[in-house]
Amino acid sequence: MAENWKITLRVFRQKENQASRFDDFQMEVNPDEYVLDAVERAWAFHDRTICFRHACHHSTCGACGMRVNGVEKLSCITPIRDVTHNGAILKVEPLRNFPVVSDLAVDMGSFYRKMETVTARAVLPITEAEIENPPSKWEADDSQYIRLSDCIECGLCISACPIVATTPEYLGPAPLAAAQDQRLRRKPELLSIVDCEDGVWRCHSAFECTAVCPSFVDPGRRIMNLRTQVVDMRLRKLFGKA
Amino acid sequence: MSKPHVIVIGAGFTGVATAHDLALRGCDVTVVERGDLCNGTSGRTHGLLHSGGRYAVKDKESAVECIDENMILRKIVPQVIEPNGGLFVALDESDLAYAEQFIESCQECHIPIEELKPEQALKLEPNINPKVLIAFLIPDGTFDPLRLALAFAGSAKHNGATFRTFTEVEGLLTDGAGNVTGIKVLNRASGKSEEMRADVVVNATGAWAGHITAMAGLDAPVKPTPGIMVAYNQRFVQRAINRLNAPGDGDIVLPQRRMVVVGTTSYDAEDVDYIPVTDDQIQLMLERGTELIPRISAAKPRGIFMAARPLVGGGSGRSIARTFKCYDHKETHNVDGFVTITGGKATTLRAMAEKTADVVCAKLNITTPCLTKERPLLSYRQYYTNPN
Repeated sequence: MAENWKITLRVFRQKENQASRFDDFQMEVNPDEYVLDAVERAWAFHDRTICFRHACHHSTCGACGMRVNGVEKLSCITPIRDVTHNGAILKVEPLRNFPVVSDLAVDMGSFYRKMETVTARAVLPITEAEIENPPSKWEADDSQYIRLSDCIECGLCISACPIVATTPEYLGPAPLAAAQDQRLRRKPELLSIVDCEDGVWRCHSAFECTAVCPSFVDPGRRIMNLRTQVVDMRLRKLFGKA
Repeated sequence: MSKPHVIVIGAGFTGVATAHDLALRGCDVTVVERGDLCNGTSGRTHGLLHSGGRYAVKDKESAVECIDENMILRKIVPQVIEPNGGLFVALDESDLAYAEQFIESCQECHIPIEELKPEQALKLEPNINPKVLIAFLIPDGTFDPLRLALAFAGSAKHNGATFRTFTEVEGLLTDGAGNVTGIKVLNRASGKSEEMRADVVVNATGAWAGHITAMAGLDAPVKPTPGIMVAYNQRFVQRAINRLNAPGDGDIVLPQRRMVVVGTTSYDAEDVDYIPVTDDQIQLMLERGTELIPRISAAKPRGIFMAARPLVGGGSGRSIARTFKCYDHKETHNVDGFVTITGGKATTLRAMAEKTADVVCAKLNITTPCLTKERPLLSYRQYYTNPN
């Protein structure tokens, strides 16, 4: 069993109409525990006023995104060992580019509205949402399977994106990735939503979204592909095929 | 005439489903939750949409509830469900010996099952243990825990319910005779306390139900029963894989996004605000999971977590029935204005809500029937996009 570490959990605090601050909690942790475990223990045993969002604790719901030592992480699957060391600080802050409700909890409203605008799908046939490393002896008819899509709407990409920070109207990485995933040829009504100033052309290819995505979505690559889909649709229109 | 006001304490599965049901029946509903939605047991559920097969032999009441509600949820909230089915697999003689009573019990509980030969089972799920002796295909499914709750909550909000998250109940308001007339809450986001009045207060706090009833000086017969779950980083199966035997530790493996989740254990606990994970339970999940799906031995854990079931009734751990109970405290303790719902499973959330709303509506002389069986839920995103 791993030796325990002594760390300082430094939590961003902000209550209604008050100035923000950081609170420190000295904690003994197993470094193989997850960052969310430390935050939950700080709430359970030190300070019941800490507000944070969490639900599934295994990267399927997307509720527990936060900045951990400055980097966007899904705190439920981020081992403490990966982000700090014995005797050091573990700093947790709310996601950027979202209104703070309180402390680490942010308001997901505008983001989910954008996901709805592009009709992002939550469940997909597995033929449209292939898994890596499929079973070696895969023989079954896989078209019968349905699975929950990879994007868990955690908002890490929205927080990490330098363009969202300057332009709140920008659709942002996850919604554009969701549009790409549906294919404009199959869903032509999405064209006008993404082919506009605050759509697919606003991205500056920083790929921060792909760097922080905890869930295999790779929004950066999808945005680049969506641009080719847009051009394809425009050309088809030009030649009267759309 | 103004609508009767009902406060629901707890925004886990039971609370959000009860809010949805009551809003449809014309109540003015306020849900208060000390954290955000599903921060307790509901969020951390395994995610198994039970066919009832697991309970068919020993707990027929729960099994029938499960198969009925499974079919209803597939209709009203397909947006969050992987309806891929499940397998019960026999790997040894003891499992084989269980098969006969399993078949009989599933028939009694009207759970459709199909017997598969080993080669048929392995064709459907190539990663299950090749030693499989016999398997049964059964209408299990899996769901996304948070989004299941969001769909109910979003639909409730659309029908006028208000959600007050990060709002912790500090006490119950009572009249001179001890009847409950409202709650006193602390808003954790603002640091301010306030009082809220209601015609009926519903305690839907699951494993924490005893904390709330204690505020009225009452006992609640709920037994928090935690169990561990370990998520591994590859999706080895498309269906729920169950061991064909009496329910035990680590005998269910579920697909969830690009993972599989192995669960679970079962033991009694008192305080479940924070439940520590122990290495021996992690090891047990690895061993038991590997028996069902050998490739799990080489997979990496992606998330490890504990959740506390709210079980009701006597006994301990696995022997307690998985059904639910709704108490009108006017009948149990002569305390009016106060209803407690606890027990049950994620799969039966809608039925629990129907029963609770029936009790609440009887108290309020509302005769509108339950509408939730047929009414499809709105997009789960409406919870976030609809203003309160």
